[in-house]
Amino acid sequence: MSMLEIEKLNVWFGHGRDRVDAVKDASFTVARGESFGLVGESGSGKSTILRAISGLAPLWSGRMVVDGLALGKVRPKTFYKTVQMVFQDPYASLHPRHSVDQVLGETLQLHGFKDIDARVVKLLDDVGLGQKFRFRYPHQLSGGQRQRVAIARALAPQPALLLLDEPTSALDVSVQAEILNLLVDLRREHALTYVMVSHDLSVVGHMCERLAVMKGGEIVEVMGVDTLRRMEAKHPYSQSLLAASV
Amino acid sequence: METLLDVEDLWVKFPSRQGVFDAVRGVSFTLGRERLGIVGESGSGKSMTGRAILRLIRSPGIVEATQISLGGDDLMKKTEKEMRAVRGKRISMVMQDPKFSLNPVMTIGAQIIEAYRQHNKVSHADAYAKALEMLEAVSIRDAERVMRAYPHEMSGGMGQRIMIAMMLIPNPEILIADEPTSALDVSVQRQVLDIMDKLVKDRGMGLIFISHDLNLVADFCDRVLIMYAGRIVEICKADKLNEAKHPYTRGLLNSLPRLDAPRDHLEVLKRDPAWSEAPSVSGRV
Ligand SMILES: Nc1ncnc2c1ncn2[C@@H]1O[C@H](COP(=O)(O)OP(=O)(O)OP(=O)(O)O)[C@@H](O)[C@H]1O
Ligand SMILES: Nc1ncnc2c1ncn2[C@@H]1O[C@H](COP(=O)(O)OP(=O)(O)OP(=O)(O)O)[C@@H](O)[C@H]1O
Ligand SMILES: [Mg+2]
Ligand SMILES: [Mg+2]
Repeated sequence: MSMLEIEKLNVWFGHGRDRVDAVKDASFTVARGESFGLVGESGSGKSTILRAISGLAPLWSGRMVVDGLALGKVRPKTFYKTVQMVFQDPYASLHPRHSVDQVLGETLQLHGFKDIDARVVKLLDDVGLGQKFRFRYPHQLSGGQRQRVAIARALAPQPALLLLDEPTSALDVSVQAEILNLLVDLRREHALTYVMVSHDLSVVGHMCERLAVMKGGEIVEVMGVDTLRRMEAKHPYSQSLLAASV
Repeated sequence: METLLDVEDLWVKFPSRQGVFDAVRGVSFTLGRERLGIVGESGSGKSMTGRAILRLIRSPGIVEATQISLGGDDLMKKTEKEMRAVRGKRISMVMQDPKFSLNPVMTIGAQIIEAYRQHNKVSHADAYAKALEMLEAVSIRDAERVMRAYPHEMSGGMGQRIMIAMMLIPNPEILIADEPTSALDVSVQRQVLDIMDKLVKDRGMGLIFISHDLNLVADFCDRVLIMYAGRIVEICKADKLNEAKHPYTRGLLNSLPRLDAPRDHLEVLKRDPAWSEAPSVSGRV
């Protein structure tokens, strides 16, 4: 059974002249344990697809099935134990008045864990932050440090499907390497499934087995990573994207 | 080359109960009519260096420097009120967190028009037309819709481009761009870089380009400062970045994933305590 099935997904915002059809008839499936990439133009609807799966985009039609469960308007509480999202914007996604300890502690509590102290310690080590950051507030962290906190928070409920929106685009290359290695290891250890948005094709090439290319709200091509490496995209837009990346 | 900005022995300190944390430790460099890149790992002090030039470090943080000279004018000696006349007008900064720096309860259009009319005596209609033109210049397709939208309705890359458009309005002498293209796909990134490039070439603007993207900086900038733990550890000509010698810079270069050379794990830095002890290299010319 696949972990994620998206069939003829449409997502829109607003109405009248301000209506934006952010995603149009998008379809793809992601197998259990697979890592799937979403690439494409800025504003093409990549984040919107992840947000729709997470239940953060109310206006949609089509079919979304996660782990055998067809999604409706409301997400059951257990949903977020299966699916977690890391947001593109590490600034907006952390509460400014909550310390790292509070962020992680509260998330763990919410998901019913008991050994919270030990888990906070483990999570901070897992994302390479260590204990000296435990009682800091977001404004006392650099951009990359915040993103690691956001990843730690997403890992806290031990999800099966992780939706990653540009998880390393705010990070320097060395931290990016650490986080990507971490994500590779976590996936292997916990049999996680990833859907990962990135504008960096070499990151997607490193992380994913297959990827979809988006433009203007539509998926124009789904390809395997070998096709990407051999630069053999079929759609003219994917071809130009590949050409511009080398 | 003419010097626009001269930064000498810049420190940014954060006092706390556990002692003082030095985020920037004695950094010196000059900026001419050029594209100066600042790269370095997360937390190395890139943003703090940029913000300190504009004295935008929030309390309890402290900025110290022998001088931060803008065309002979020492910014360290200016009052807060005088600094406000420098910010945005003579030196603009595109913050790393674009959406954070936009007003969340005001439409994008209203914000650009307001900014434009602050600097230009024009009618509302002219400012509107100008704002549309500026959004189109940064490759925003449906500019009219975007004018009516609020910041949270923008994608990551759209937010970045809107900020860049806004920062260029006052025609600044110096633009400090903090990770300005980190959320953009390659083709839009190219267009945004071209805009900045043109301002340096045609108007003689000085550009400080903060980025963690080594390939981009090597390709786009003239000179690069490489920061580690609040200091400059190496300075290169951008097109010679691939020949950098410092083991830290080499480590950064080697940690990039490559499409043509897949591997299981990427290389990560093995930090040497000596890197942070060595005195800061001067970037003054
Ligand atoms: N809350 C919202 N209200 C209105 N429009 C929105 C909203 N969120 C997104 N949009 C619009 O939907 C479109 C797709 O946005 P999305 O954030 O999915 O793009 P993206 O592919 O992630 O781009 P980027 O690479 O720049 O992050 C854009 O035109 C954006 O303005
Ligand atoms: N208010 C503060 N109190 C204490 N330390 C701070 C504060 N603000 C920032 N720092 C620290 O200063 C250091 C430099 O931060 P800065 O934001 O300049 O990093 P950066 O090089 O821009 O990193 P990134 O690439 O992640 O954006 C970091 O270690 C950060 O944790
Ligand atoms: Mg996005
Ligand atoms: Mg920064």
